[in-house]
Amino acid sequence: MSGRSIAPTTRWLLRSNSALVIAFLYAPIILLAVYSFSGSRIPGEWGGFTTEWYARLFDDSRIQKTIGVSVRVALVSTVIATVLGTMSALALERFKFRGRRVFDALLYLPIIIPDVTMAVMMLMFFTQAFDLVDLLFGLGLSKGFATIVVSHVAFNIAFVSVVVRARIAGMDATLEQAAADLYANRWQAFRYVTLPLIAPGVLGGALLAITLSLDDVVVTQFVAGPGSTTLPVYVFSLIRKGVTPTINAVSVIMLLASLTLVAGSVALQRAQAVRGRTNSE
Amino acid sequence: MSLRAVSKHFDDVVAVDSVDLDIGDGEFFALLGPSGCGKTTTLRMIAGLEIPSAGSLKIFGSEVGPLPPNRRPVNTVFQNYALFPHMSVADNVGFGLRMSKTPKADVARRVSEAISLVRMGGMENRRPAQLSGGQQQRVALARALVNRPKVLLLDEPLAALDLKLRQEMQFELKQLQREVGITFVFVTHDQEEALALSDRIGVMDSGRLLQVGTPEEIYDAPVDRFVADFIGRSNFLAGTLEAHDRVCLANGDRVTVPSVADGVVSVGDAVQVSLRPERVMIDRAGAAPEGHASLEGEVATVTFLGNSIVYRVALDWMTIEVETDHRPDLDRHEVGDRVAMWWRDDAIAVVRP
Ligand SMILES: Nc1ncnc2c1ncn2[C@@H]1O[C@H](COP(=O)(O)OP(=O)(O)O)[C@@H](O)[C@H]1O
Ligand SMILES: [Mg+2]
Repeated sequence: MSGRSIAPTTRWLLRSNSALVIAFLYAPIILLAVYSFSGSRIPGEWGGFTTEWYARLFDDSRIQKTIGVSVRVALVSTVIATVLGTMSALALERFKFRGRRVFDALLYLPIIIPDVTMAVMMLMFFTQAFDLVDLLFGLGLSKGFATIVVSHVAFNIAFVSVVVRARIAGMDATLEQAAADLYANRWQAFRYVTLPLIAPGVLGGALLAITLSLDDVVVTQFVAGPGSTTLPVYVFSLIRKGVTPTINAVSVIMLLASLTLVAGSVALQRAQAVRGRTNSE
Repeated sequence: MSLRAVSKHFDDVVAVDSVDLDIGDGEFFALLGPSGCGKTTTLRMIAGLEIPSAGSLKIFGSEVGPLPPNRRPVNTVFQNYALFPHMSVADNVGFGLRMSKTPKADVARRVSEAISLVRMGGMENRRPAQLSGGQQQRVALARALVNRPKVLLLDEPLAALDLKLRQEMQFELKQLQREVGITFVFVTHDQEEALALSDRIGVMDSGRLLQVGTPEEIYDAPVDRFVADFIGRSNFLAGTLEAHDRVCLANGDRVTVPSVADGVVSVGDAVQVSLRPERVMIDRAGAAPEGHASLEGEVATVTFLGNSIVYRVALDWMTIEVETDHRPDLDRHEVGDRVAMWWRDDAIAVVRP
């Protein structure tokens, strides 16, 4: 490619294309960040530099509480969804069992169906389940932290499973057989051969899950209880009352958190690659 | 090791069809056959990676049929080596020892012994991806041998190597087997490799084990047309077995044959006489010596191969291929020449058609 000369018109077209794409992607983010430092209450109007909105954010105990809920929900649901998603990916790729096809098809339903449908489904499920528990054990359960976690796990299993499955499909199954041939039992073969080889997929799936969990508004809104609301749901409710630069500030912080997550995972993978290389020298 | 009536079905595909086989202690045994004939499946059943649909499988007298692979005294060198890409050479080789809870000091010592046995010293810390095909092959061998299995299974271990390296590794493999004295069961579709390496060969076709014998037995006295055709080249003359040592050929000629073993074919059966091209003598028509079965025909093609010449001679009922040395003292025949062909009675074999 590098050796070929490109006609000036083509080059110009390619350049403007890239410029447009970059503008579409990043202009809103830059605007968001810039106006989070604007002194004016009206969004989109520059009112001089200030960090007032950030200060307010840190004074607002309500926001801090929802951030806490969001993080805990994301961590717990990601761990559970990653374990279950990896297990179902392994089952689907490596074992033959009755009902495999049906399981395969049903597993991906959460990816396809609209968020709202998922939300209504979860809500109905919890209502019915709570009624049943109340009837059987006389326990009056209510929506809250646990219901959010369960719902997030429910849709994240599918995403984790898709990512991990791609990785397992690319892995040679005879490696596991070789491990078994070398006296490893099932667990050891998984622990020492399969898991290290699919780890990037598992990590990728977990990152996807944590991001989706932190982002989710629709499903969470339906299953959250009065005491426990996640940050995005809270922000959404704030917007209904009117957009304030506080929301910009919150968004910038969420954005930074996501960037840190991604950068962290990239750094982790780099470090592993470097370690791999030095080990082998 | 013994297999009795071992079969394997995959849905309606019969991959291995009632195989009976005994392999002796310390033997180099080759399982030979075209691709898809069930060699790998047989090997995988011995390794425990496939459960036989029927039959019994014993290693040193104990039934291993239902045992999982990690509980069998066998190790496998896989067709694609299956080295663990995320481990160094030393960790690959030590894997089996670590899994079987060998003391750490022993692991280190045996790993380094195994690595020097396959002449990979100095490469302990490399990853499989940093090794050539031949080196990977050696690591795979070391990884299996380090466990001192009673039986080593090798699935076409040399198929992925280029010709020169393959010949080198054949030699090394044979050497290694003598050194360690372990039973080797070696799967290959390459007849030369099987002939060159093994103490005994089992020839398979479509799931069935057709013949087991030393390389000489398989080559000189095949019992089945498929075996004779797969190993070396052969002419097949159709006929009927008239007595245990006489065949009436399709053209009415009667030829004497080495006595046919019981159970292969019986008197009165339609048979084929297998005649190796290099065992046929050729000369001018009428020059055939007395006392030999002979055939006359016309040279149809002549192919010069350097050290030998291959003639295809047309008879009125079939065509026969003859291979002669290319030497100044032998007459060369040209296309259209009438020639006579004869052979020693013990140079041929009667085979199942
Ligand atoms: N896991 C499997 N599922 C279905 N059919 C199989 C499986 N493994 C092997 N076979 C079939 O069994 C036959 C023998 O295969 P294999 O033992 O691999 O032959 P070879 O190693 O001699 O080339 C082939 O027809 C193959 O398609
Ligand atoms: Mg095979």
